[in-house]
Amino acid sequence: MFALVDCNSCYAACEQIFRPDLRGQPVIVLSNNDGCIVARNAEAKALGIPDLAPYFKLKPMLKRLGVHVFSSNYPLYGDTSNRVMETLRQYSPSVEVYSIDEMFLQLDGFTMDLNDYGQQMKQSLWQDVRMPVGVGIAPTKTLAKLANHGAKKIPQTNGVCVLDSPKKWQWLQKRMPVNKIWGIGSRLSKRLVEQGIITIADLAAADPRQLGNLFSVNMERTIRELNGESCMPLEESPPAKKQIYCTRSFGQRINTLAELQQATCLYAARAAEKLRAQDSLAITLHVFINTSHHASDTYFNSKTVKLDYPTNDTRMIEALVKKAVAALYKDGYSYAKAGVGIVELQGRSHKQNDFFTAGQSMKSEALMVCMDGINAKFGRNSTHVAAQGIGGRWAMSQKMLSPAYTTRWKDIPEVIC
Amino acid sequence: MIITKIPLDQVQSYLPLPLYSDSVAAGFPSPAEDHTDQALDLNEHLIAKPSATYFARASGDSMEGAKIYDGDLLVVDRSQRPEQGRIVIASVDGQLTCKILDINNRCLRAANPDYEAIPLPDETDLVIEGVVMHVIHHMCWA
Repeated sequence: MFALVDCNSCYAACEQIFRPDLRGQPVIVLSNNDGCIVARNAEAKALGIPDLAPYFKLKPMLKRLGVHVFSSNYPLYGDTSNRVMETLRQYSPSVEVYSIDEMFLQLDGFTMDLNDYGQQMKQSLWQDVRMPVGVGIAPTKTLAKLANHGAKKIPQTNGVCVLDSPKKWQWLQKRMPVNKIWGIGSRLSKRLVEQGIITIADLAAADPRQLGNLFSVNMERTIRELNGESCMPLEESPPAKKQIYCTRSFGQRINTLAELQQATCLYAARAAEKLRAQDSLAITLHVFINTSHHASDTYFNSKTVKLDYPTNDTRMIEALVKKAVAALYKDGYSYAKAGVGIVELQGRSHKQNDFFTAGQSMKSEALMVCMDGINAKFGRNSTHVAAQGIGGRWAMSQKMLSPAYTTRWKDIPEVIC
Repeated sequence: MIITKIPLDQVQSYLPLPLYSDSVAAGFPSPAEDHTDQALDLNEHLIAKPSATYFARASGDSMEGAKIYDGDLLVVDRSQRPEQGRIVIASVDGQLTCKILDINNRCLRAANPDYEAIPLPDETDLVIEGVVMHVIHHMCWA
């Protein structure tokens, strides 16, 4: 059996933890750079505030409705997510952190009433962390995800839904469209609808082999999982990422090459940090720059470039990114966004040396270890490559940032005595 | 076939050597070597349940009788039961407030005669945001 615990409007709920005055009030959280709305609590949804809408367009309406608006506060959300995970570890020795607000628990061999157990999880997450959650419990991960959906949508479940017999999951499958299944995106569901597969029950009744051949092995697994046959095990340590991207919108529009290069070098450095953290080497990079979609004159371009040899050296990666941006850059545009992706990479232990080209030197390995060490101890960007420049205009704008209540001493909550 | 010359400093290979935490004995071995313990960790002493614990800063003088002074650091555990007489963090008019919980007299009491007790609202409305487990008070600002 698997349980999927999903935080309800996670970011908005985090903003309410140390602000009891905001409970029951509409709260929304904006994306990086205060660009668009990425989280809305139930009260905000009830006011008809759309998801992923650009903030600047809705600003007057939000003010009129008295909605509390926050910039994203990732230190707070990350720490809260860890607390949720720690609390859930009391309920199962095997927990998979699927995302910042979703965790799978393995409940094999548990003999207690699973509905009660789910209610206990939900209660202690509220008591200890002040995080409201929904819990879905079922024999496969795909069904647990479905059960979680039921827990959120059906008030009688009181936030916990257990699908432990075909009768129960079929009841729900008949009432839900195929695009609500875990791992089935909008494109895939369109193709399924063309095949006459409209509800989840239609898909569950399809022949897994036949559809597996027509689509992919994942489709076959999904169909088997919808019928209670577990095909996707718990992944306690996440597999190394096959691609690493760092993309941002700028705080202000950029219209010089030098600034654009500095910003992309900063993103390259962040991507290289993630690369080293998972012990991989970069082979191919993808660099893109673009103007705003709303601009009168739009320009969008990208370039894929290959490194001379697999490396995790920020200096090598930044040098290549700088060159790529110079090639992409066109004068006369106001750039709004850029990104650097490491799209081909390999594990450092799988490195194959080429007899005729030099590989990454020991010196640069040592330098990167040293740089990461200093930055871990003294804070991000304490040391960096000069190509990133200092204090650029592209830096994130976070005008409505709440305190980092649990991760910075100067930000801890004040209580009135 | 084109042969490229590679500068020597780029072809160094990487050979990690094991590093022993014991240094080579040059004199007498330390008699304490086999009896070392981990240094004491204050977190272990002050925090029973890290995932439910947060820190807060006291502001005001209403709890001085309970030895909580302005600027003190409070260690608060949300998982503890708010029982009669415990010092709690309560949400009063949406503000985090530190007081003594007096369930018997249905009020939140200050530990300072200058302050009046705050009557408890209906039981359902009272939200306790944790029990104060420890106070950390600086004696000397080094």
